[in-house]
Amino acid sequence: MIRSHVLICGGTGCTSSGSPAIREHLEKELAAHGLSEEIKVVQTGCFGLCALGPIMIVYPEGTFYSRVTEADVTEIVEEHLLKGRVVDRLVYNEPAAGNEKHEVASLSDTGFYKTQMRVALRNCGVINPENIDEYIAVDGYQALGKVLTEMTPQQVIDLMKASGLRGRGGAGFPTGLKWEFAAKNVCDTKYVICNADEGDPGAFMDRSVLEGDPHAVLEAMAIAGYAIGAHHGYIYVRAEYPIAVKRLEIAIGQAREYGLLGQDIFGSGFDFDIDIRLGAGAFVCGEETALITSIEGNRGEPKNKPPFPANKGLFEQPTIINNVETLANIPQIIVRGPEWFASMGTESSKGTKVFALGGKIVNTGLVEIPMGTTLREILFDIGGGIPGGKAFKAAQTGGPSGGCIPAKHLDTPIDYENLKAIGSMMGSGGLIVMDEDNCMVDVARFFLEFTVDESCGKCTPCRIGTRRLLEMLNKITEGKGTLEDIDKMEELCHYIQQNSLCALGQTAPNPVLSTLKYFRDEYEAHVVEKRCPAGVCKKLLQYEILADKCRGCTACARKCPVGAISGSVKEPHTIDRQKCIKCGACMDTCKFGAIIKK
Amino acid sequence: MKSLEELQAIRDRMKGKVALREGMSDIRIVVGMATCGIAAGARPVLNAFVEEVERQGLADKATVTQTGCIGLCRMEPIVEVMESGKEKVTYVKMTAEKAKRVVAEHIKGGNPVYEYTIGEAQK
Repeated sequence: MIRSHVLICGGTGCTSSGSPAIREHLEKELAAHGLSEEIKVVQTGCFGLCALGPIMIVYPEGTFYSRVTEADVTEIVEEHLLKGRVVDRLVYNEPAAGNEKHEVASLSDTGFYKTQMRVALRNCGVINPENIDEYIAVDGYQALGKVLTEMTPQQVIDLMKASGLRGRGGAGFPTGLKWEFAAKNVCDTKYVICNADEGDPGAFMDRSVLEGDPHAVLEAMAIAGYAIGAHHGYIYVRAEYPIAVKRLEIAIGQAREYGLLGQDIFGSGFDFDIDIRLGAGAFVCGEETALITSIEGNRGEPKNKPPFPANKGLFEQPTIINNVETLANIPQIIVRGPEWFASMGTESSKGTKVFALGGKIVNTGLVEIPMGTTLREILFDIGGGIPGGKAFKAAQTGGPSGGCIPAKHLDTPIDYENLKAIGSMMGSGGLIVMDEDNCMVDVARFFLEFTVDESCGKCTPCRIGTRRLLEMLNKITEGKGTLEDIDKMEELCHYIQQNSLCALGQTAPNPVLSTLKYFRDEYEAHVVEKRCPAGVCKKLLQYEILADKCRGCTACARKCPVGAISGSVKEPHTIDRQKCIKCGACMDTCKFGAIIKK
Repeated sequence: MKSLEELQAIRDRMKGKVALREGMSDIRIVVGMATCGIAAGARPVLNAFVEEVERQGLADKATVTQTGCIGLCRMEPIVEVMESGKEKVTYVKMTAEKAKRVVAEHIKGGNPVYEYTIGEAQK
């Protein structure tokens, strides 16, 4: 008889920090103590608090252990599982307000989880994603059963429209409307595609859903198929997500075995099956027309819209494409009703949104909050604020397609329209936090470098325009820019926005435009004063030795890889700026704080 | 899967097995599992509680968990039943047989088995 469940995170983050070895060791220890029959070890999907992995939770107490190592396993077994004494030193210590730490024994008590509202991530970190029975136990496949036995396709579409659900992949198109367009096309063959080609740097919510709750996505795809009259679905997932692919394969196999995919599901006469297609890692394939082209076996390049996929998509047939997170919401909307879903969020944006917190933030990980929550609440209440007492500078949402949000907009309630109004976008939900040490010109340059790499090359504005933009940014970070370059850059940004074929190009200038809008003074400092205020742009830095602090110990001169430092023993040294490559090795070596960069 | 009933059957069979992860229910049955408790035979008591709660279909209502030594080693195995809004009931010198009766009368029926409680033992 099982009296306790030990949940170990098997998401990508915790797997790479060693959770499989911990699980193996735990099972061995349990067997050695004769506890295998009493305590069940469950591998789950992502809990969201990736910075603290590997994560282990012991139920029924809900004890939350973080940063568990293999060496800790024996102690957990002997103390907690055998004798019921919580291993305090491994319990998550939450940095609370005022920087005092307090122990949080139970998961639901942490500031990180307390204010979250988990809909799309409901089962992540709760069930074993490789066991269909556990999904069924938490009301899985109830929605599909209800749809197939009690509702007409039109009723399903009406319900989706009433819920107000909008696409979570970035553009925010109403899901019910998209389905309706496809349903209205009278046609024998239609397709449902799940877009799991998550490519924004810093976004990993789709991966976590696929790893933690794959059946929710399968169930939603079957519901979508029934609503529009499709009998086949494809999941287009990147090959760089091996754990997600493996769990999807297992889930599809189990669903077929149970007859939840296949022919005559629930005796309703409805047939639906799903196949996986692996993406080879091109960012542009997250764009729906490029994704379709890729599934068809061609080079992943976008096409003109219209025709929209809902009219003419995969293999020229009506097709709907929904993002993973969008799909993960659907079974619950059916079971709990559209009113329940529409009760969360703002006027125009209903429900919740998952954000992947990254960059200069204490709680790196995944959070799900109702739409309308402010950025301040996400970053400071849930995210735990900026590490090291540094000042917040900006948050980047929407990855390379989005923009920066400066401190003055921290209290804007987050939804699709508000983010657009302040020059950013929802995007897929990557949220990268920057502090005073980040140079905004360098940040814009980083994202541009990414889009230049990922531009598919089909249209000129994107292929050549983004490259010219990057060259100008490089010029500025090297101190060779002019004020005229800034104006030219702005002009080019608008040109690229208006003339690119697909969303990749149309949104690529956003990081430049939004940093120009809010941090123009930083650009001007680079151009006019030839200075990088944050001290990031190497070419603009000068290392200098303070003569009054230098003891002449020669440590820096010995460390300098290019021999740029000279001076006699016990006399102040100097740096030859011509030779200096600005690597900073001297500054790290100096014990007297005599070397500064400015 | 040919019918909703099949799905319901799987759900019902599995529900009790994952209920454990929803955290603490209204009633908490806490078994002392320190060295003293284990030596006095707390393990079969703990297992008996887990089995009985599951068998009687009380998994939604009561959670069986464990704790360390509460300092009354001579009375072990000690089991405490806590229910929100009610006074804690402490059972001492428990056995698997006594556990079954506590589940049936106290957890299910709502009447503490006074003859096993610490008050009786100290008389």
